[in-house]
Amino acid sequence: MNTGLHRIPGAYTGIPSWIYVMAALGALLVLLPLAAMVAKVNWPQFVPLVTSESSLTALGLSLRTSAASTVLCIVLGIPLALVLARGSFPGQRLLRSFVLLPLVLPPVVGGIALLYTFGRQGLLGRSLEVLGIQIAFSTTAVVLAQTFVALPFLVVSLEGTLRTAGGRYEAVAATLGARPGTVLRRVTLPLVLPGLASGAVLSFARSLGEFGATLTFAGSLQGVTRTLPLEIYLQRETDADAAVALSLVLVAVAVSVVALSYRGPRRPPPGPFPDAGSGASGGSRAARRTTAAPASHGNVQ
Amino acid sequence: MTFRLEAAVAARGFDVSLTVGPQETVAIMGPNGAGKSTLLAVIAGLLHPDSGSAEVDGRVLFHQAADRSVWMAPHHRGTALLAQEPLLFPHLTVLENVAFGPRSRGASRHEARKTARHWLRAVEAAELSGRRPGELSGGQAQRVAVARALAADPELLLLDEPMAALDIHAAPLLRRLLKRVLAERRAIIITHDVLDALMLADRVIVLEGGRITESGPTREVLQRPRSRFVAGLAGLNLVAGTLTERGVRSAAGQDIAGQHDPTPAVLAPGQEGVAVFPPSAVSVFLTEAHGSPRNSFPVTITDLEPHGDQIRVRAGELSADVTPAASADLGLAPGMTVFFVIKAGAVSVYPA
Repeated sequence: MNTGLHRIPGAYTGIPSWIYVMAALGALLVLLPLAAMVAKVNWPQFVPLVTSESSLTALGLSLRTSAASTVLCIVLGIPLALVLARGSFPGQRLLRSFVLLPLVLPPVVGGIALLYTFGRQGLLGRSLEVLGIQIAFSTTAVVLAQTFVALPFLVVSLEGTLRTAGGRYEAVAATLGARPGTVLRRVTLPLVLPGLASGAVLSFARSLGEFGATLTFAGSLQGVTRTLPLEIYLQRETDADAAVALSLVLVAVAVSVVALSYRGPRRPPPGPFPDAGSGASGGSRAARRTTAAPASHGNVQ
Repeated sequence: MTFRLEAAVAARGFDVSLTVGPQETVAIMGPNGAGKSTLLAVIAGLLHPDSGSAEVDGRVLFHQAADRSVWMAPHHRGTALLAQEPLLFPHLTVLENVAFGPRSRGASRHEARKTARHWLRAVEAAELSGRRPGELSGGQAQRVAVARALAADPELLLLDEPMAALDIHAAPLLRRLLKRVLAERRAIIITHDVLDALMLADRVIVLEGGRITESGPTREVLQRPRSRFVAGLAGLNLVAGTLTERGVRSAAGQDIAGQHDPTPAVLAPGQEGVAVFPPSAVSVFLTEAHGSPRNSFPVTITDLEPHGDQIRVRAGELSADVTPAASADLGLAPGMTVFFVIKAGAVSVYPA
């Protein structure tokens, strides 16, 4: 039925008018600082500032490490979301709370925790050191720190999509003879692809902006661990114009990434999540058809 | 060569045992919450019963006992499930949906598509192969779902109210289609519709409160209902009570005279029995009617509703059919007290 309730422009919304005032204030709180920053940009010097060697190095490092941590989030986040949404085991609620912890934890604290795990004197660090592997203050540390803070975004988004989708398609697939691996590959993942995509985008954006955990755990070595946010913070001390210009670059990258793949709150994936019983009414079928059409090859019309 | 099941699920008060022959279609009927869907979930392996066992042609599907526990995963069972909603995978074309079963069982892409085309033709949906599920009508989608279930070559086909979500025009088409494809096949179909049971099933099993209450060839069960639920399905009035020399005495102490069926000799008075009569055999009077072979008792009208070209007069659990003219003449209205009069000859009496 969700699909049948498209908002018609001018239709009754039920929103009290003072809500619009509050909403406008909220929007201003986000937009005004951005505008103030844009106003401060030294435009004649903009290009030289953002193309300086240290800036480009930092930007490149940021994009590379964020891409790597997004991949890591996908690889680790899909199984986590699956067992949280579909599994049933003791300690499930506790696990969910801990997986979501980085969302509310100050990143600096996350960085310290990572340091005491992978650092030279850390829980795993000492054993890794023996094997000749040093993680702290390396590019790997940047990726780990970013994954640490970004993973919950993917897990939350995907778990929600999995719950909305329910397990009925999977049950049917199993009775048709598909083993669990096949069901995951051919049914579950394609069905939750929108949720996975928006989760991955959020993770990427969060990785791109990561500062506290990175600084604590990975330090600020140019070309190795100094990502764009760190570079901006450093430049602010010496060259405010450069900091503002780079901030604008970061905003632009973040906005374009989010705009590219995140199209607002999604409806459940197209297809039948019915309206049990009354599914035969012409109205809902027509609505279902319109939602599914963009996904097809467009050979209906 | 049969399917045999015995299973109990304590949490749902479910305890059922049944068998299905190699080419037999069994209809499962029962009120909501009777455990019909639980039954299919247990067979398909989507729900673990607390105890019991099931096997199909000697293959053990599960065996839950204190000493031994065997559990076959759903994808090994060969029990394709067709639900009320078609549940076609929205991201696959119709052809890929139908090819899903064979492909999952290891057929090559080419073979799987060949099988899929065969079954799409069998359900008269070959022209839909290239479409996405979102572009199908409810009836088309359910036909494709039938093809998908059959393409998996199930040893036991499970149908959970396959017609329930269809509109009145699509249902008859699918019913005819199912009649054709279920003919030589072992299947269990849950339905609320007597027509499905009559047309599609060799046998009907009535499930009430998690237990089988009636079972037998569809015609016989409908002709001789023993529970109020089946009587309702068959459109008959049923009064349960104990058998007497002349008929049945209801729990409320009302005597109903009728024809013992079969011969009175086998009936022992005092045994539990039922009196069954069609609403058309019930006349409605404003005053008590007299005449020897009649039953006459006061009732309070609860509802009046159109029923074909008659008016159905409901009084609690009994109903009578009268013509609209008679209803108007008598000035029938809910809340009125009237007399239901039934000829003894129209009442069948038999043990419950």
